[in-house]
Amino acid sequence: MVSRRGRQALATYLAAAPFVAFALFPLLWMVMTSLKTNAELYDLGQNPFLVRRGVTWEHYRFLFERTAFPLWFRNSALVAVATTAASVLLAILAGYAIARLRFRGAEVVSTLVFVVYLVPTTLLFIPLARVVQVLGLSNSLWALIVTYPAFVVPFATWMLTAYFSTIPRELEDSALVDGCSRVRALRHVILPVARPGIITASLFAFTLAWGEFIYALTFISTTNLKTVTAGVVVSLIRGDVFFWGSLMAGALSASLPVVLLFSLFLDHYVSGLTAGAIKG
Amino acid sequence: MRGRTDTVAAWGFLSPTLCLLGGLAVYPFAYAVYLSMTTAQVGVPGHFVGLGNYRRLLDIEIFTLTLWNTVGYTVAAVAAKLVLGVVLALVLARPAPGMKWIRGAVLVPWVVPASLGVLAWTWMFDSTYSVFNWTLRALGLISTPIGWLGVPSLARFAVVLVNVWSGLPFFAINFLAGLVTIPRELYEAATVDGAGSAARFWRITLPLLRPVLATVLLFSVVMTSSDFATVFVLTRGGPVNTTQILATLAFKFGLATGDLGNAAAISLYLFPVLALATYVQVRLMRRTWQW
Repeated sequence: MVSRRGRQALATYLAAAPFVAFALFPLLWMVMTSLKTNAELYDLGQNPFLVRRGVTWEHYRFLFERTAFPLWFRNSALVAVATTAASVLLAILAGYAIARLRFRGAEVVSTLVFVVYLVPTTLLFIPLARVVQVLGLSNSLWALIVTYPAFVVPFATWMLTAYFSTIPRELEDSALVDGCSRVRALRHVILPVARPGIITASLFAFTLAWGEFIYALTFISTTNLKTVTAGVVVSLIRGDVFFWGSLMAGALSASLPVVLLFSLFLDHYVSGLTAGAIKG
Repeated sequence: MRGRTDTVAAWGFLSPTLCLLGGLAVYPFAYAVYLSMTTAQVGVPGHFVGLGNYRRLLDIEIFTLTLWNTVGYTVAAVAAKLVLGVVLALVLARPAPGMKWIRGAVLVPWVVPASLGVLAWTWMFDSTYSVFNWTLRALGLISTPIGWLGVPSLARFAVVLVNVWSGLPFFAINFLAGLVTIPRELYEAATVDGAGSAARFWRITLPLLRPVLATVLLFSVVMTSSDFATVFVLTRGGPVNTTQILATLAFKFGLATGDLGNAAAISLYLFPVLALATYVQVRLMRRTWQW
């Protein structure tokens, strides 16, 4: 005899199952493909859902020893960390000013930030390529470290403005009465309280920077300087040889850092995704 | 007193962000508008032609096809994400043990870098080794393999499907956030009054979800119509430009042929959508933020 609640839970699981399968199947397929031998991958008679000839690490070995993948991974890490640090710092300052300070033009500034945040990167990659060239940054990681904050800062500012607005004013008022400057009040009163919001903003900044594609594809042409997203998709092809084992090993390895962060900080991601519209 | 120091502090705090956005968003945008009105090529400044590029593009068959593809792609993908997003949010709102992990699982496509997720789909739609073909064949539904990315209608279906895959989490999680703010008492009162679950959905859930639906919808129209990675990785716009959308065509013009003037004009055909969405969003935002 199954209880009413048990039956309801079962119905929920059944309803959720197709969505979970749809969401996770491509990842499962990356795992399966990356672990099978070529002989099995390209045998149409085989059931692709089974691994009959045993698991092989040859695709990963090839990826890490014979391709530029480790360099791409390092490049992505450098760019994403630098972007996150710079963007969150700028966003803390800007978000605090918008949320807390009374000044003429506050509305114009916050509207500008919001509008910029709606401008898609695909509209800007052509003129930005020129800007990057004029700045002498073409074909270097700096091209990405400089341009990524332009799409990360607006949403991070947005997110932090919302977060700072929830912090009671009295908290810093007492510090300000004591003669604290705004900078000190921000550092010693607001920042410690706002830590969850800052962590969320950092996670999103990192995830967006790690996954960026079109700038990485446009501004970097040297293979060794590519990031994982552009590198795996564009530079990992060996002529016309079938190469899906290593491609999927690359796609999976390159997705792992963000998927890992996501599973560790699930609650931050869920609250962040709903705090402001981001990428959809 | 405080007001003056606040103003100084505010502009001090904002100046790095304003410089960044001015130099890397506002200026490039203005520069794109300028480029779109010139015959600029890579390395050649070109001369001013006003709206000539925009007009001439409309006579190019590939461009008009691309324009309609973009409209179709956006409408189909956004509609599917909207409907499936509401359904998924309703499922995720039900209490069940382990719901946190189910929510986490369906959000994964948002986290995976789009280009890499799409690469997996490209392999799943492979002309020879497609897992879908194998499955359909094993079930006896087809006898010859389907060329998913080689037939225009199927390729269009595929790019929409993959866009839905990566965009659905964002819809669902925002709708879920909207759902949980609806007071339970409303449902209880309606149930007492004899309203069935369908009536409760149409009369309570949907109307109260409307602000969230509108925001997410507008945002997604902008993001979907300007999508690049899905089409670039899955089909490169093929077969014969039948899945080409504005961003991929602009990329092709700008990077493959170096025709910057036309490339800028192509991507700026997105501008009306962007302008409209921005205008409505800013108005919605003002209403909720009450400055």
